[in-house]
Amino acid sequence: MKKRYGMAKQSANHTPGGGYLKRLKNRLSKTRQTLADGFDKIFADQTRVDDAMLENLEELLITADIGVQTAMQLIEQISAKHISDVDQLKSQLREEILSILKVHTSAAQIVNSTPHVIMVIGVNGVGKTTTIGKLAAKATAAGKKVLIAASDTFRAAAIEQLTIWAERAGADIVKHKAHADPAAVAFDAVAAASSRGADVVLIDTAGRLHTKINLMEELKKIKRSIAKQLPGAPHEVLMVLDATTGQNAISQAKLFNAALDITGLALTKLDGTAKGGIVVSICSALNIPLQYIGIGEQIDDLRPFEPEQFVKALF
Amino acid sequence: MFESLSDKLNTVFKKLKGHGKLTEKNIEEGLKEVRLALLEADVHYRVVKSFIADIKERAMGQEVMGSLTPGQQIVKIVNHELTELMGSRHQALNLSGPTPVALMLVGLQGSGKTTTAGKLAIFLRKSGRHPYLVPADVYRPAAIDQLQKLGDQIDVPVFPSSVDDDPVQICRNAQTTAHQQGCDTLLLDTAGRLHIDEKLMDELRHIKAAVKPSDILLVADAMTGQDAVNIAKSFNEALDIGGVILSKMDGDARGGAALSIKSITGKPIKFIGVGEKLNALEPFHPDRLASSILGMGDVLTLIEKAQEVVDEKKATELEKKLRKSQFTLEDFRDQLIQVRKMGSLSDIIKMIPGMGQVKQLKNLEVDESEFIKIEAIINSMTPQERHQHTLINGSRRRRIAKGSGTQVQDVNQLLKNYTQMLKMIKKINKGGMRGISRGMLPF
Repeated sequence: MKKRYGMAKQSANHTPGGGYLKRLKNRLSKTRQTLADGFDKIFADQTRVDDAMLENLEELLITADIGVQTAMQLIEQISAKHISDVDQLKSQLREEILSILKVHTSAAQIVNSTPHVIMVIGVNGVGKTTTIGKLAAKATAAGKKVLIAASDTFRAAAIEQLTIWAERAGADIVKHKAHADPAAVAFDAVAAASSRGADVVLIDTAGRLHTKINLMEELKKIKRSIAKQLPGAPHEVLMVLDATTGQNAISQAKLFNAALDITGLALTKLDGTAKGGIVVSICSALNIPLQYIGIGEQIDDLRPFEPEQFVKALF
Repeated sequence: MFESLSDKLNTVFKKLKGHGKLTEKNIEEGLKEVRLALLEADVHYRVVKSFIADIKERAMGQEVMGSLTPGQQIVKIVNHELTELMGSRHQALNLSGPTPVALMLVGLQGSGKTTTAGKLAIFLRKSGRHPYLVPADVYRPAAIDQLQKLGDQIDVPVFPSSVDDDPVQICRNAQTTAHQQGCDTLLLDTAGRLHIDEKLMDELRHIKAAVKPSDILLVADAMTGQDAVNIAKSFNEALDIGGVILSKMDGDARGGAALSIKSITGKPIKFIGVGEKLNALEPFHPDRLASSILGMGDVLTLIEKAQEVVDEKKATELEKKLRKSQFTLEDFRDQLIQVRKMGSLSDIIKMIPGMGQVKQLKNLEVDESEFIKIEAIINSMTPQERHQHTLINGSRRRRIAKGSGTQVQDVNQLLKNYTQMLKMIKKINKGGMRGISRGMLPF
């Protein structure tokens, strides 16, 4: 890993900071290909909109994980406008998607306080630990003092994994032994952050399926003990979602939100194929802002989510 | 499993069954709803399309239209088609070839390869093989540590890889050391990678060429969306996989991946992961899943699970005791332990036909800690007390409660349940099986 990481760092340095759109486009090329290829196929021999074309469009949207409901809604809105011109249809569709994405993403409001505590949650294998590693690296690069809490005491070697990330990012880490009480780890970490004067605390938790009631209770307990140590904390509850997940992502977000009041979402692994539609699905179903998208394995590949850029990169 | 898909389908069927005679319009409407249910469940668009077309063709034929119970017939057809879709029969692991054979696990990041490797090791050991865990993920921080720890936990040897090694070399070396460790089955845990990452896919090709695994298994997350088929297709094209293991089936996944992968790639699902514990891996039976989706329960799996945990000798002994009404608290404890070995009670209940439809049981979460309490109480008794519960007086109850960290009330409750059970056993011995349909379980 060391070798690979070093290379990654180098190539990251070569990318100019302003190349966000270019890089995003590049990273989402597979997604774009599926959608754009599909579009071209649908629109290639036709200049007029008809039912068959709308059906193809529906297939395209559904296979991009936009979801049946949202897809049908989009088609309905478009056909209600009786657009006959293909170009117009394209731009109309773009606008409709953008409006879904925009409505819910402007609400992110971050309370400034020190230490700023962020609790990171999600189901198994979505990339919580990696996301924390990237967030920590960003914060330390911005000159902040970061402390990470290893509250995933369940999965084998989760603490070791986080320790490596903390070392790379130059962040402090508070850890107990494996199978310790995760709430106690969080409690100690917040106390340590206050006394050491840390700016940001990132709390890693064990992945769990949203349907396991006992495990959701455990998360609530972690949250309570953070608040006990530092009233008002955690200031953010960041839920990590895997972009390859289908409509189940919505169910996950709903149940985690019911238990913990999520303040933001991070959507990881967007650099694979035919996805990105789930973003639209999530924004349309939930009132939670999407804050970050993960588009690769390098530290720089965790990006703030910008709806306009995203739609532009998509089409 | 797949409750929400199951609910939706059953509502549609209920409507269809309500008609004495089905018209084309009835069927069209019903199938439209089935289509929506499947799409919402993340079944791939193409799969849904051909699935609906197949059913429509059969449903419009004489088989249904001429039948006296057309609704039933449609359910039967859907059941059959669902089973076909998932591959009809359970496909076992391919373990043929010169020893040591190798099983290769591949998949995206976070799909659950490492945990599945641990689970498979237990499964293989149960079937009399000697597994050898090989960590070939040198990229993700602490991935090797994770497998090492899992190996220690379940007492399976692990190849000592290091992050500076080359994955291909690791797998090759592991093959030679397997013999020295007395192992006959290698489990190669490869790094997670995107199916479009050509460089890393090449690495898998090299591993395949070097060790010639007898089976290559794609580990995929059951909650994957429409992309599931693309992922499976790419891995299959690159490696010609032998089958798929679906992980995280214990959530509220709706089954899209399970229903799509076989029909698009032609490769069967061989196992499903159904929990966080390391014994939570089950062979996949398409026919059983199909009937469980359609609310028909899954008695076969239930019986198999029972057979797996019940010790024959103990069972005959117990039967003798029951006949003589000599069922002691110790036997009671053994029974509890056996039930717990079968897995979570909520899962067991769902396998009983008809139970899945009972509303009150929908979100049932059985408090498994009750079992731990009961075990602790019985463990805190002296052997004499366990054999002769009438010995247990007030002061003994206080002592037992203290010893087990429970309340006297808990001890009382347990003894009450136990005596009720004794009464029932006596009744059965006297009058056969009559009168036990109610209150069989003392809880």
